[in-house]
Amino acid sequence: MANMSPKRNEMPTQAPYERASNFKEVALGYTEDVAIDEANRCLNCKNMPCVDGCPVKIHIPEFISKIREGDFEGAYQIISKSSSLPAVCGRVCPQETQCESKCVRGIKGESVGIGRLERFVADWHNTFATSDPKKAEPNGHKVAVVGSGPSGLTCAGDLAKKGYAVTVFEALHTPGGVLVYGIPEFRLPKSIVAKEVETLRKLGVDIETNVVIGKTLTVDELFDMGCEAVFIGSGAGLPNFMSIPGEALKGVYSANEFLTRSNLMKAYKENSDTPIMKGGRVAVVGGGNVAMDAARSALRLGAKKVYIIYRRSMSELPARREEVEHAIEEGIEMQLLTNPVEILGYNNPNDPRDSRNGFVTGIRCIKMELGEPDEKGRRRPVEVEGSEFEIKVDTVIMSIGTSPNPLIKSTTEGLEVNSRGGIVVNEEGQTTRHGVYAGGDAVTGAATVISAMGAGKRAAQSIDEYLSKE
Amino acid sequence: MYRIADKKILNPTVIQLHIEAPLVANKAKPGQFIILRVDEEGERIPLTVAGCDKENGTVKIIYQVVGSTTKKLSQKEKGDYIQDFVGPLGTPTRLENLKKVCVIGGGVGSAIAMPIAEKLCEMGAEVTSIIGFRNRDLVILEEEFKKCSNRLYVMTDDGSYGEKGNVTAPLVKLLEEGEKFDMIITIGPLIMMKFVVQSARPFGVPVTVSMNPIMIDGTGMCGGCRLTLNVDGKKVTKFACVDGPDFNGYEVDFDEAMSRGRMYSDFERHAYEESCNLFNKEVL
Repeated sequence: MANMSPKRNEMPTQAPYERASNFKEVALGYTEDVAIDEANRCLNCKNMPCVDGCPVKIHIPEFISKIREGDFEGAYQIISKSSSLPAVCGRVCPQETQCESKCVRGIKGESVGIGRLERFVADWHNTFATSDPKKAEPNGHKVAVVGSGPSGLTCAGDLAKKGYAVTVFEALHTPGGVLVYGIPEFRLPKSIVAKEVETLRKLGVDIETNVVIGKTLTVDELFDMGCEAVFIGSGAGLPNFMSIPGEALKGVYSANEFLTRSNLMKAYKENSDTPIMKGGRVAVVGGGNVAMDAARSALRLGAKKVYIIYRRSMSELPARREEVEHAIEEGIEMQLLTNPVEILGYNNPNDPRDSRNGFVTGIRCIKMELGEPDEKGRRRPVEVEGSEFEIKVDTVIMSIGTSPNPLIKSTTEGLEVNSRGGIVVNEEGQTTRHGVYAGGDAVTGAATVISAMGAGKRAAQSIDEYLSKE
Repeated sequence: MYRIADKKILNPTVIQLHIEAPLVANKAKPGQFIILRVDEEGERIPLTVAGCDKENGTVKIIYQVVGSTTKKLSQKEKGDYIQDFVGPLGTPTRLENLKKVCVIGGGVGSAIAMPIAEKLCEMGAEVTSIIGFRNRDLVILEEEFKKCSNRLYVMTDDGSYGEKGNVTAPLVKLLEEGEKFDMIITIGPLIMMKFVVQSARPFGVPVTVSMNPIMIDGTGMCGGCRLTLNVDGKKVTKFACVDGPDFNGYEVDFDEAMSRGRMYSDFERHAYEESCNLFNKEVL
């Protein structure tokens, strides 16, 4: 029987006061019964608008039908045909602007909880499935993938399923890219990423950590080693700063550094070797998902008070609605229409050896108002004269985006980049260098996990077409 | 995992290791660095490459035991393994066309200055080396420097070995006597490099300094290693891991770099004391 409730089944979560002081996952996931109930809300539309909204084109109504039948493993098999990282996507995809935004049920009520169902299926598989994925027959072709983030892993998974011998090169000591250094444990547990990586290994993907392409090996050397195509998914690079006074003070972090210390370097665990400034008062500058992650991590590390400083208003916040709501529920204060002009530091003029010298004491901000729309149609924030004020903080986390990493372009001849440093690709994901493909943040600058996966998928298809022709 | 092929204790706090890492050994050039992790729970620490042996696929690193990570590393013996070892990172020191160079190393920084002096010697440049240490017990690599230097000055703060004084003393003397160096290359504590720059400034000799700030990934992702350069009166933010570690000494804001270097000093002291206690307990 179809479930015609206009509301979707709610996602059970840890209570805000409880979760604000731990790093355990916030959302707890559907039970089998709830998943079946939610699956019954799907109308199984013939034209499948939801699939159009999915960057990797998961056969959504098909997998939901399997859930309805109670065949959870069957549902997983359908998803895994299109996605190499379902447990990750079910958690971090902005479904509300993708598949779910196209759902017919969303017209008169709430759309089907597609993301929640995807997560349920992937978690069910990871808990109960007993059979390993089957390795494809080798087709004799060798491909190198640079970077083990979402685009690289997707590309590698898709190619391995087609029989390619794929080696993924990762610069850090753990595979996963932004999934392990960036997205915090409470939103995406590291054990989930490890499990997805393990699945790829079982498909035959070889992952080499501690290899920096552009330094340890060059793209040319990968070809010399017998690779016939290379996919570059090296991710976003250098963090941006605002170029305001005080950014070099002690206690000013880029979001990348703060999150890397907390996540990858495990400062979130007690007795970690990794130092990080915890406690005190924290200001996070920026309004994206990364800013929310940094703010909520700071809170969990013991901050007394966390502010998010964003120069536009609530409706322009680029972060996912759900993340913003979670952050506010946890007690994070939004300072909207506000922009920093200076970071203030301690300076004892009488004692240059005072150990507090050079540490952050506050941030001076100015109020903003929204003016004329810019070329993207977003209203440009303009300063309100004479509205400067100070907030006392001990830590400032800059979360205002990144610029692509220069390491590969500077060592690869014939690889064109655009004015912002992003690698230039055509619609097939092919770069200006023959046999070299690219995708993800290395091309677009900071974007989402799923768009990177979409790019990895497209590139895998192009590489397959290219090498099948050869 | 990366095997320790050889270990040598150079002085009571400075240790030399050869680590098996063929891909790194194949590529590393003077001035570049590596990042290592001792074990699964460890920090990532950057160390400058002190040399490599392409044939055996080993990379030489020389480090001083200063914190809990280097302490843990010092407990590893020949034949043991360390968890992670990645590189070579950063850009090599630019040595092309240099004919007459003064290489200045301070403390364990001398270990990093040495491969530069060696390379310059190999290129046929005239090399003047000045190395400085706190006292006699801490002097390292004197023989190695002798081999690749036309002139070598060994300085100690307390005069217990070589000449008494700072590395800047012989530098200033040489410059005042009219020595014309194409370049001064200096590696060591920030305060020493700052004074080398100050000493060289009146003579207009270019100075290259090697910065070794706090960093995590070393590939241009975290931004922790940023430093400020004053370029033609304008402040510019640079990242030591990808833009450096070498910089024009006249442009570096040393005071800021020194302040940033102390960000975690309380934490480090605490961690070091704890690890010391831990080892003490094990001994008991």
